[in-house]
Amino acid sequence: MTDVLLEVRDLVKHFTVGGGLFGGPRGVVRAVDGVSFSIRPGETLGLVGESGCGKTTTGRCILQLERPTSGQVIFEGRDLAGLDAGALRSLRRKIQVIFQDPYSSLNPRMTVGQIIAEPLAVHGIVPDARRRRERVHALLVRVGLLPQHADRYPHQLSGGQRQRVGIARAVAMEPALIICDEPVSALDVSIQAQIINLLEDLRSELGLTYLFIAHDLSVVRHISDRVAVMYLGKIVEITDRKSLYDDPKHPYTQALLAAVPIPDPELEQRRQRVVLGGEVPSPLNPPSGCVFHPRCPIAVDRCRREVPALREIRPGHRTACILA
Amino acid sequence: MAPLLEVRNLRTEFVTRSGVVRAVDGVSWDVQEGETVALVGESGCGKSVSALSILRLVAGPAGRIVAGQVLFKGRDLLALTEEEMRHIRGREIAMVFQEPMTSLNPVLTIGRQLTEGLEIHLGMSPADTRRRAGELLAMVGIPDSERRLAQYPHQFSGGMRQRMMIAMALACQPSLVLADEPTTALDVTIQAQILELMKDLSRRLGVAMLIITHNLGVVARYADRVNVMYAGRIIERGTARELYANPRHPYTVGLLGSVPRLDEPRRERLAPIEGQPPDLTRLPPGCAFAPRCTFRVDRCLSDVPALRAVANDGHVAACWEAERVRKLAAR
Repeated sequence: MTDVLLEVRDLVKHFTVGGGLFGGPRGVVRAVDGVSFSIRPGETLGLVGESGCGKTTTGRCILQLERPTSGQVIFEGRDLAGLDAGALRSLRRKIQVIFQDPYSSLNPRMTVGQIIAEPLAVHGIVPDARRRRERVHALLVRVGLLPQHADRYPHQLSGGQRQRVGIARAVAMEPALIICDEPVSALDVSIQAQIINLLEDLRSELGLTYLFIAHDLSVVRHISDRVAVMYLGKIVEITDRKSLYDDPKHPYTQALLAAVPIPDPELEQRRQRVVLGGEVPSPLNPPSGCVFHPRCPIAVDRCRREVPALREIRPGHRTACILA
Repeated sequence: MAPLLEVRNLRTEFVTRSGVVRAVDGVSWDVQEGETVALVGESGCGKSVSALSILRLVAGPAGRIVAGQVLFKGRDLLALTEEEMRHIRGREIAMVFQEPMTSLNPVLTIGRQLTEGLEIHLGMSPADTRRRAGELLAMVGIPDSERRLAQYPHQFSGGMRQRMMIAMALACQPSLVLADEPTTALDVTIQAQILELMKDLSRRLGVAMLIITHNLGVVARYADRVNVMYAGRIIERGTARELYANPRHPYTVGLLGSVPRLDEPRRERLAPIEGQPPDLTRLPPGCAFAPRCTFRVDRCLSDVPALRAVANDGHVAACWEAERVRKLAAR
């Protein structure tokens, strides 16, 4: 048994954008541009960044919902890119996903019971229909719903309840890894905490491993053991939770943390606010050198020319900044 | 001094297939000149409908304002004719919406959308509006205004579109801006830019603001006073400082307790508010929060608590057990 459940090596995903002359390609969007990280069994890795940084595409490449342009996704020692459809299908059972919007990711014409039972039947996990119903009821109770919710349709549930159904469907497969893609960002504040607590309970009870993709830095700090920060298709910093939040080394991580308003008026009054200027450049035409240099408050000339490597500045703490 | 805006016992209802929804159920609040006031709450609590009701933009026939007064500079906006109301919207009270892409016209240039209000409300000449539009873009931090005025909304990024919305709102120098979740659709670094811009402009131009949001961090930084809404009613109000330091309604306590905070040591477990927000067509008798409340006593299930003073500085809360909340929250 290895001590790594998932390893992503030099993952690249480029999308070709049409609309050029004679319908040819006009450009290449470097959505994910050389991302590497690994997750140990039982660990939660947080993946944070702003829209368009490539965090969702990274998740989709791991799930093989997108075929990577290059690079490897090694799950339990096997490279998913090299697998045929059959082998991939049986492995997929072990990697599940929870989406952001529980409404658009649940079939509106199926009852909650059918939604959870379908993969149990398809994968032959519980072939017997009666026992499948029992399993569905047990799963519903496990995620904080009632057995009678099995007969409801998604539109009859609240947002928080729908997300519980999405979670039940994912854990029904008895997966080893769950990709949580912004699982609480569409929910109200009071419900977010319910869902986060549920995810934490399931992790310890079922021995799950999470890749937790989100833009909310406070939520990511709460749930993650280690955190990776992405900017424009690249990881700019990755380390354990404590180091990242107490002693961030990359100027982008520092700016992100400074931008989060804190629910305390007295503290906010005293807080020095460094507002990052400019906007995220287009991944169609990323800046030269360090992709962050046009917005970086401490950039020097070398940053314009040199692509910084993600280097280890102390054990377990890697950052892609030549000035760190 | 009389407040700039005073909402009295406002009630707005929607007729739906499953019954009448009292989206705003008899709320009263005010905004002083130059002040920033927040309406905070979760989806469906009535905060957006409150703002739309002020400008009489609630979509009929399903939705209608059934009672109350909206006194703006002493005049009741609900009693004005539609023609008189048009002189208020955009001129005296402007609005910034959450999603700038859907609230800007996609087939008109940025310049046209900025100049329209100037022509209609201020009767400026085309040359003057053009110059003023350029100034407005510069004011909200959009450089290269000549080129930008000729562009369309889709050529702007999300942050730029929101800057443009703010420029439009401030074009006619209104005395009040209603901002409905102005930064919710934006990334965190852009959100910080836009909020600082709004704060700076409101101070410099002396514009009063109503910020509608669910983000308690945003409120803490930018609001002078805060109204917390739940199920169509205001359940607590106070200065931002007082409300955060000394919350007296269990819902406010719960909201503050359920968000993880970057400035505090990480907690092992979050303390959520259990249960679901109520169905507005079937509100329980008594306090709407009672089914989820850990401070609930028998009386909460039968009697609706009114807003009562719980401390100085206009701090009010609608809770029978506010005193017990204070003692327990203080521990």
